[in-house]
Formats: sequence, structure tokens, C-alpha cells
Amino acid sequence: MNRFVQSINVNELIRPLGQLMVFSLGSAIALSGIALMLALVLDQTAVGLALQDKYNVTLYTYTLINLPQVVIDGLTIGFVYAAIALGYTMVYGVLEFINFAHSEIFAVGAFIGVEFLIAMDSSGLLRSASIGMSYLLLILAILLGMVAAGGLAVTVERVAYRPLRGASRLVPLISAIGVSFLLQDVIRLVEGLTTGDFNRIFPSFGNFDQRLNFGKLALGATNINLGISIKSIIVIVAAMLMLIGLNYLVNATRIGKAIRAVAQDRHTASLMGINVNRIISITFLVGGLLGGAAGVLYALKFTRIDPFVGFFPGLKAFAAAVLGGIGNLTGALLGGIVLGMLETFAGSYMGVFTMGAAGSEYKDIFAFSILILVLIFRPQGLMGENVGQKA
Amino acid sequence: MFNHMSKALSLFVAASMTMATCGMALAADAKSIKIATQSPLSGDQSVVGVDIKRGAELALEQLGKPLADMGFKVELAPFDDQANPDTGVANAKRIVSDPAILAVVGHYNSGVQIPSSEVYHTSGLANVSPANTNPKVTTRGYLEVNRIVGRDDVQGVVGADFALGLGAKSVFVIHDKTAYGQGIAEFFKKRAEEKGLKVLGFEGTEEKANFDALLSPILAGSPDLVYFGGMYSQAAVLFKQARERGYAGTFLSDDGFDSSDATKIAGQTLIDGGGTYYSTVSGPAAVYPGTAKFIADFKAKFNSDPQPFAAQGYDSMAIVLKAIENAAKAGGNATPTREAVAKAIRELKDFPGITGTFTFNNIGDPIVAKYFVIKVNSADPAKWSENSIVETLDIAPPQQ
Repeated sequence: MNRFVQSINVNELIRPLGQLMVFSLGSAIALSGIALMLALVLDQTAVGLALQDKYNVTLYTYTLINLPQVVIDGLTIGFVYAAIALGYTMVYGVLEFINFAHSEIFAVGAFIGVEFLIAMDSSGLLRSASIGMSYLLLILAILLGMVAAGGLAVTVERVAYRPLRGASRLVPLISAIGVSFLLQDVIRLVEGLTTGDFNRIFPSFGNFDQRLNFGKLALGATNINLGISIKSIIVIVAAMLMLIGLNYLVNATRIGKAIRAVAQDRHTASLMGINVNRIISITFLVGGLLGGAAGVLYALKFTRIDPFVGFFPGLKAFAAAVLGGIGNLTGALLGGIVLGMLETFAGSYMGVFTMGAAGSEYKDIFAFSILILVLIFRPQGLMGENVGQKA
Repeated sequence: MFNHMSKALSLFVAASMTMATCGMALAADAKSIKIATQSPLSGDQSVVGVDIKRGAELALEQLGKPLADMGFKVELAPFDDQANPDTGVANAKRIVSDPAILAVVGHYNSGVQIPSSEVYHTSGLANVSPANTNPKVTTRGYLEVNRIVGRDDVQGVVGADFALGLGAKSVFVIHDKTAYGQGIAEFFKKRAEEKGLKVLGFEGTEEKANFDALLSPILAGSPDLVYFGGMYSQAAVLFKQARERGYAGTFLSDDGFDSSDATKIAGQTLIDGGGTYYSTVSGPAAVYPGTAKFIADFKAKFNSDPQPFAAQGYDSMAIVLKAIENAAKAGGNATPTREAVAKAIRELKDFPGITGTFTFNNIGDPIVAKYFVIKVNSADPAKWSENSIVETLDIAPPQQ
């Protein structure tokens, strides 16, 4: 029996890793293929000629040489979206409602982590920190962000959702939107009162800003540096660890079994001796922990946060969750990676493919067009199954 | 219970109404005048917006005496436009509906000033702008609207000429899609193309955090210079990410970049490579001959160094006060009308301010404005005021 459990556990650790590889490679190959085909088609047209004129390369070469960097960038943001999307999907799986306050839970995590690091910075600890120490501090900041966001998520569920559990499906949704606005303004208020400045900067320390260079690719007269910054690696590794951990929790532990049971049928689960309220709280806690960590990682990668920082990543992660099939954990992973990739591909190549008429400013359109297309043609999402509504 | 409450409520309403009427009666006796300020007092850009208000506050305190002697009680009415056009317009409606307000010092963002001043225009309320540089601010030809700084159609040209002077051959232009940022970026691009600079790309973005996708085409072209039309809160993040990805050229931005928060965000990355420059219509307070006293007074009152445009806030208020005084004198010491104040502002000749001597032309531009190009010298935000001026130009506004 003991050995049996062990073998399952290892399996549950490897399986999501394999899934992540397949999803990343698959979406990278698919999107690269599309981009290269478009480049080939457009090469002999005015688009290719305009590029030839500016950069002295063919459109095809330009696309090809830029691909590796675009894929790396896409993966980084994709993993962040996936980590946030898991929070939406977990709650949806269990309660069948969209927790729109999740984007603010993400923002609170980011603020707590960044405020901690700013405090460390002003105490002088950051500047003198060795490499090992700075990683330790970063991990501490992520943990703090996670704890704060997890605690907040549980509180929000207890205060704003649990009293409405018997009500019709729209009611908790509206409550969620209300909580979302409330939290935004609470962050604004607290930051305004304590620091007078709600536009916070992630302090630079350690070696996170450095870049590993893999080499140069010649592009016309210039060279493109191919590389990845250390903070991107941290984001990817941390997100992978979280995703694997979550997968393990849900699929290979007793709590996970209880979560799945509550998701399947809340009433029967309670008859089987599962404390449904406790399991729902745990679901929110786990979603909050992931969201908080994603918030600190987001701040690390992109430097600057404000009280509205959660809005767009939250909305896109929601689109990712729907794309993958809301309620489905693997789907959220896939959705996040595909969406991050798609957005980065669009942002990087649209300007060139449209001769500058529609530049990277339109990249967000893709996230939301996907949302609409999925809702029209495959409402259950890429990975979702078509199931009837729960009673 | 409900009855009690409604009674209490009606009593309260009645009481407050009586108080309000008393207040109005009192105010009328003392010939009360209010001067509004509108600038971002909260949010991203409040660092500069608050100091515009403080500059105006200081001017009112120091220069309000002639009006006080004439029996007027002059008050400041600060409004927070949050750098948001909607908020600016909503405030503007409240401002024009208050008859005691005779002028507005305001707006940091052209995108906010332009729609808000449409509201001022409907009631003939004078507006002196300390910071708005979009040509459209004045080219609509409103009698009420004046500014004491230069214009983007000149500032963009100054930037492009400077880029040429640095020996740049190619440039990538980015803007923030606001009236101000896009406007100046377009003037920059036009001039750059005329002068034979190769413009590799021209893109707008509202993105505040993740510039990865935008950076791919920029790095692929490896331009000598990257120009950003917009505010520091986006520009500094973009510059930092570009440098981290190995861009070695020069950054150039506009007066929206002029805030010590830029180095707080981007730090050393602004100094590395080809360095960072910005053009502005407002030099560091120290370059103007008349500002030494202003800086000392400002520090004494607010316990911090004045941000860019604080001195312009001071001058805008000074102009408004002088014009109200002139208009009141012309009208036999009665409270002047809004129209009279607007006319009096336009009629000022060689008004001695601390940032220059101001005479407005027929559309409200100063007849000569100063333009600067400034180099960022230190990664330390506390040393922002030590940035060095590399170019100073006196240029008249373009003829219509």
C-alpha cells in the first residue's frame, strides 16, 4: 500500500511537468509556424519591401531570427498568466462562479512583497546583501505576498461570498466585482496614507536584472542579442514549482480528493463526511497563495506596480482560464501559456506585418478576441468537457 | 425611529442651509475671490501636480497683498484632475458653476487641459497654464486660454535637431497615445524625417509594465536613439527594460520625463550606454535668474525641493493676481467679471515673473519661450536636480 502511494506521487509530479513541456513546445511551434508562413506570404509584397528598406533583411529572416526571443518572452508572461488563471479555475471548479476579486488578491500580494523589499532597501539590508542573501530575501518576499494574499482570499470568501452561497448565480458575481473595486481603493487609501505614493517600484538588488546571453544572431547590419534575464528564469521556475505543487495537492492528497469531491457534488460530499465550508476555504487559500506569489513575481519582472496592476493580468488570466476550459486545472495551464505566447507574438510581429499600421498596442485585442471565439465555437474550452450544469 | 431620523435630518438640512446662506452673505461683504488650481494631486503624476499647486499657493501667499489692500479676500480652490480628462472636465463644471472663481491655474497634462478648457470657454473663465505644451491648447484661439511655457511643435523639433546633433542616424519613436505624448512624438518624427533621420518605427502604447513585445522590433532595428513621447512613469520602465535586453544606444524623451521618479524606476540603466536626455520647456528652477528666493521660500514652507513646473505654477498665479488687480482697478474697485479678467491677462505687457518676462500673443502663447535639453547625470533620485543642461534655446511660437 505504502509503495503504491509513493508510485502515484512521483507520477503526479512528473505528469504536470510533461504537460508544461508539451504545451510550451506545442504553442511555440504552432505560433512560430503561423508567423513564418505569414512572413513567407508577405515577403514579396509591399510589407516585405518596406522591411527590406528599413532593416535590410527579408521579412522571413527577420521573423526567424526574432523567434527565439519572442518565444522566451511569451513563455515568461504565459507562466504568470497560468499561475493567476489557476486561482480563477480552482474557485470556478468548486463554486461555479468567477471570483473577479482575484485580480486584486494578486495586486495585494504584489504590494506586500514589494513593500517588504522597499523596507529592507531603506534599512540598507538590500544593498549589502550577498547573492545568497538576496535570493533568501526574494523568497521571503514571495512567501509574505503569498500569506497575505491567501489570508485575504479566505477572508473575502468568508465575508463576501459565503453568506450568498444559496443565492442565484449572479449575486456572488456582483459581490465579487464589488469586492474587487473595494480592494483597489483600499490599496490606494493605505498606500496614500502611509507612503503618499501608490506607484511603487521594485527595488533593484541581487543579480536579478542581469542577463544570460546565449549569443548573437546577425540580422542585416545589426546583431540581435539572444538571452534571458535571470528574473525571467526565476519567474518561470517559481511558476513551474507552484503549478506542480498545486497539481500534486489536488490529485495526490486527501485534501485534494476532498476538493475534487466538493467540486463534483457539494451535497453528497458533505454526506460523506467532508466539511464543505472548510474545503471551500482551503480552495480560496490555495488560489490566493498562487495569486500572491504571481503578484510578487510580476512585480519582480516588470518593476512597477500600482493599485490597478491586477486588472489587466487578471482579465487576461480569466480569458486564459476560459480558453483552457474553466474549472479544469490542466486547461488553465494550457490557456495561460497559449495566451502569453499569442500576445507576445502579436505584439512583436504585428507592427512589421502591417507596415506599422497596427503595432504592439493592439496585442491585447488578441487575448479578448480569443475569449469571444472560444465562447462562440467551443464554450467548454480547449480542455473542458461538455457537462451539464450542476444542480 | 424613521420619523425621528427624518426630523433630525430635516433640521440638519435646514441648519446647514442657513449656515450656507450666512456664509454667502459674509463672503459677499468681504468681496471674496477664488482662484482654482487643477493638477493631478493623486496618482502617478502627483509628484509634479502637487508642486504646481504648492507653487500657486506660495504665490498667493506672497503676492496677494495688493488685492487684500483693495478689500478682496482671495482664496485658493485646489482641484485634483488625477491626470484624467474625465475628472478634469467634471471638476471644470464645478469650477465654472462657482461664481467666486475668477481664474484657473492649471493642468499638467494637455490631454486634460484641452477638454477642460472647453468648459472654461463656455463661461469665459480665464485659464493660465503652467505646463501644457500641446499646440492645440492655444491654437483654438480662445481668449481665456494662455500658457507660460513653450509648445510641442517646437519642443519636438528641438528634440529631433538635438538627436541629429548627437550624430544619430536612425531612431525608433514611441508615444503614450495621449494628446500630449502622441502630439510631440509626431512633431519629432516629422522633423526627423525632413532632416534625413531614418525612422524605424512609430508606435503608441498604453502598456505600463510588460514592454517585451514592443522591444522586439526596436532591438531588431538597433536604432541609434529611442524617442519616447509621454510621461516618465511609462518611459522609465520602457528604458529600463530596453537596456536590460542589451540596447546600447541613447534615450531621448520630453518634458514629461522630467521627474526624479524616473531614476527611482530605471536607476543606472539611464546612465549606461548612450545615456538619457530629455527636452523640456521648464528648466531646473535654479537656471532662472529670479528663482533663488523662490527655491528658498518653497523649501522653508513645504520642506522639499520644488519639482519641475512648481516655479511655473508660481508665475501663473502671479499673472492671474496681477490681472485681477488691473481689472478691479479699471472697474472702480468692484469685483471684476470673468471676461474682464481674461482680457486683463491678455493685455499684460512684459510681466516680470520668476521664470521669465511674459507677454502673450493674440492666441495666448508667450511671445518667446525657453526650451532646454537636459542630460541625466546620476542614478540617484536625490540628485535629479543636478542633471546638466546641454542646450538652451529661445524660440518664438510658430506663426499661424
